[in-house]
Amino acid sequence: MSEHLLIKGGRVVDPVSGRDEVADVVVIDGRIDAVGPGSAGPQAEVIEAGGLVVAPGLVDLHAHLREPGFEHKETVESGCRAAAVGGFTAVAAMANTEPVTDHAAIVHEVRDLAVVAGLCEVFPVGAITKGLQGESLAELGEMVEAGVRVFSDDGNCVPTARMLRNALTYARAFPVEVVIADHAEEASLVDGGQMHEGVHSAALGLRGRPAEAEEIAVARDLAIAGMTGGRLHLCHLSSARSVELVRRAKADGVRVTAEVTPHHLALTDDALVTYDTNLKVHPPIRTSEDRQALREGVADGTIDVIATDHAPHAVEEKEAEFDRSPPGTIGFETALAVVLTELVHTGALGLSQMIEAMSRAPARILGAADHGGPIEQGRPANLVIFDPDAEWLVEPPFASKARNSAFMGARLRGRVTHTLLWGRLTVADGKATA
Amino acid sequence: MNRHLLSMHDLSAEDVTRVLDTAESFREVGTRVIKKVPALRGRTVVNLFYENSTRTRISFELAAKRLSADVINFTTSGSSVSKGESLKDTALTLQAMGADAVVIRHGSSGAPHQLTTWVRGHVLNAGDGTHEHPTQALLDLYTMREKLGRLDGLRVAIVGDVLHSRVARSLSFGLVTMGAEVTLVGPPTLIPLEAPTWGVQVDYDIEAVLPKLDVCYMLRVQTERQRLEYFPSVREYSRLFGLTSRRVAQLPEHALVMHPGPMNRGVEIDSDVADLPRSTIEDQVTNGIATRMALLYLLLGASDGGAP
Amino acid sequence: MSGKVMDAADIRRALTRIAHEILERDRGSEGVAIVGIANRGDDLARRLARQLHEIEGVEVPVGVLDITFYRDDIGLTSEAPLVHETRIPFDVTGETVVLVDDVLFTGRTIRAAMDALMDLGRPRRIQLAVLVDRGHRELPIRADYVGKNVPTSRADQVRVSIEEVDGEDAVVVEGAR
Repeated sequence: MSEHLLIKGGRVVDPVSGRDEVADVVVIDGRIDAVGPGSAGPQAEVIEAGGLVVAPGLVDLHAHLREPGFEHKETVESGCRAAAVGGFTAVAAMANTEPVTDHAAIVHEVRDLAVVAGLCEVFPVGAITKGLQGESLAELGEMVEAGVRVFSDDGNCVPTARMLRNALTYARAFPVEVVIADHAEEASLVDGGQMHEGVHSAALGLRGRPAEAEEIAVARDLAIAGMTGGRLHLCHLSSARSVELVRRAKADGVRVTAEVTPHHLALTDDALVTYDTNLKVHPPIRTSEDRQALREGVADGTIDVIATDHAPHAVEEKEAEFDRSPPGTIGFETALAVVLTELVHTGALGLSQMIEAMSRAPARILGAADHGGPIEQGRPANLVIFDPDAEWLVEPPFASKARNSAFMGARLRGRVTHTLLWGRLTVADGKATA
Repeated sequence: MNRHLLSMHDLSAEDVTRVLDTAESFREVGTRVIKKVPALRGRTVVNLFYENSTRTRISFELAAKRLSADVINFTTSGSSVSKGESLKDTALTLQAMGADAVVIRHGSSGAPHQLTTWVRGHVLNAGDGTHEHPTQALLDLYTMREKLGRLDGLRVAIVGDVLHSRVARSLSFGLVTMGAEVTLVGPPTLIPLEAPTWGVQVDYDIEAVLPKLDVCYMLRVQTERQRLEYFPSVREYSRLFGLTSRRVAQLPEHALVMHPGPMNRGVEIDSDVADLPRSTIEDQVTNGIATRMALLYLLLGASDGGAP
Repeated sequence: MSGKVMDAADIRRALTRIAHEILERDRGSEGVAIVGIANRGDDLARRLARQLHEIEGVEVPVGVLDITFYRDDIGLTSEAPLVHETRIPFDVTGETVVLVDDVLFTGRTIRAAMDALMDLGRPRRIQLAVLVDRGHRELPIRADYVGKNVPTSRADQVRVSIEEVDGEDAVVVEGAR
């Protein structure tokens, strides 16, 4: 098979180099050989990219691949396939596996599973505390040596200020930048909560998770990051005031980055009147004011990254009573389309800004040097090609094992046509190649 | 009318009036020697009760039988509803049995909504978690209209643990739809912050509210440990919000005292108050059957090709 | 036939004649009770009872029967059929019950009325008085007393107006287009 590809006539959008123009991209043996009107030679396999966008492959800073331990929900392989279909070439896999990814052996296991699958590069996230219990630090050093750069107890909020302080301080020991990422939701206020606490939760008889719970944890985390000089990342922000807190903290020089999911950018809590468990997520989907503030946060750079928080669950787990259903939505296969439909096509966000938030910024935070662009000679060919205008209906079958999509039945505009991992097509004509 | 009865928001003011008027005819049927009419002959009504509630279940059972429908009871006490079987699987079984209507009581808010995605028949919410209990509200509206002659402009206080009460929600929504003035009374920790968006007033002083009422509706206050994070003790609750004989004397003469049952005598309501003639607690049983007959008739008496 | 087929005077005379016929057939008004079928049968029944009182000087028991719950088309219409009041303040057992309705058409309403009546007791006999018989029976039902036979085609509409309800007395046949 020829390792010689010509991506012809696509609109190349590359935030790193600032490029946004129609150009050909030549890929030889896994690397970008040329960008521009060059000739590729007779052996080249041609991808007609007229009307399509060519960008650095997407990088997901926050996803749950469920393996080891929860293979009935998803495996590294099925997750990577779904990620590739969604245009991702790199994915960060959260640590709430079983056993918990709190030591190097699991890090290696997860990474190796991804290498074997060959569909996407996986960057395991290490747990901050042993077993995610929140009581004592995990062996961060061992995991850093194994290549981990981001640590998170995601699923749980780091329970005490003291523990977070220790983690942020300890993480400064290493010569590389190590990021402590927190799922910021104050536990006592959200205990038993099912959805955003507000007008709708009161009418629907569902216990709420107030925005203040997130804001309290965010404020705490920012203060401790400021105090320790540590490197903090805030996962899946959901409330307007959280965005404002981050904005001010950044202005004050706190070393913080922030993240938001496509579903928080697209949806509002009134959608939960049907008790659809696919909309049950932590932190919850909130009001239109919150959604607007999150969109503005992405547009002005306060929020650095759009990450999916891809959270697959088995069908029967989600087809249960609302309060018994686990929270989470899958996200790989719809992320790009949702952001295009809800933000780019509406003019709220530029295409280049989107690529920055979904590829370059997360690649940098993860330490994924081979991803995120730039698209220029010599760089690894980790690319995504997509049709920004293709309309499609979100419905099974999905590449993911799971079907719990918050966008089930939605009509979206924008679809991945090809994904290249080191120059090899993992997705062609919108479908996984393996 | 809507295909299902999941929430009082499914009913417009015209719908509520229709239900109450129809219930009156069924009340008359209840006075006959043969308390049965053939209106729903051949239909199958399933009572799917995940929570023990003999009172409500029997009310629905009698209602369906008096309409000549066949009744199947799935209840936890009869171990027909095993703990392991999912709601979805139970629903599919009922579907296979040809249930024309499923009356569901469940501990999870939203279970009736989810049921509508799995069964083709009509779904009636007999109480879901802390969400709603529309048939209770309707029978209470019936009682109020019968005793006081109207609902529009009626001044009603709902007293107690509103936060966890499905009856309080349904009744508030229904009364507001019918133009009544509703005031919620109770400890601030037990009244949702957003309650004013329902079109109701909130007051923490029961004695300020009593003299201006047409109906004083007392909710049951649970006294289990979990509730004690909301108020310090049963004693303090009774002192501040209990309906004592002394407080009853502050009500206008014509005013009704109502309680959805079962009562915590001595907590939210004194024993001698509960037994007063002005307490309508007994009527609510008769009215309950008539109201439920009306609902079953109105839902199943329409063709399935009707408006959703 | 089309247009107004009975006016106020026609209706008055018909009811008077029916009253006489009842008294003749049932040998007086003893043991006779009048039950109107809701909706318009109610007012006709009361008028008939007044007629009997005027002629014989005796008060005949009157009631109104709603047959909605006995209809054979429940579940076939887009909304459940509207329910009216039933008020029969006497025991029908042993009585000669004269059912009164405005129009006799397919006979299904009368079948339902008889089933309803039987659930209330055991009448000695049931007779039927109608203001208009328009034909097109679908069941073996016949009226004992008829105000007027009005031949119609199936698609025609027969509208009965009653002063108490509609402001005037009239029977109008509207032809199908």
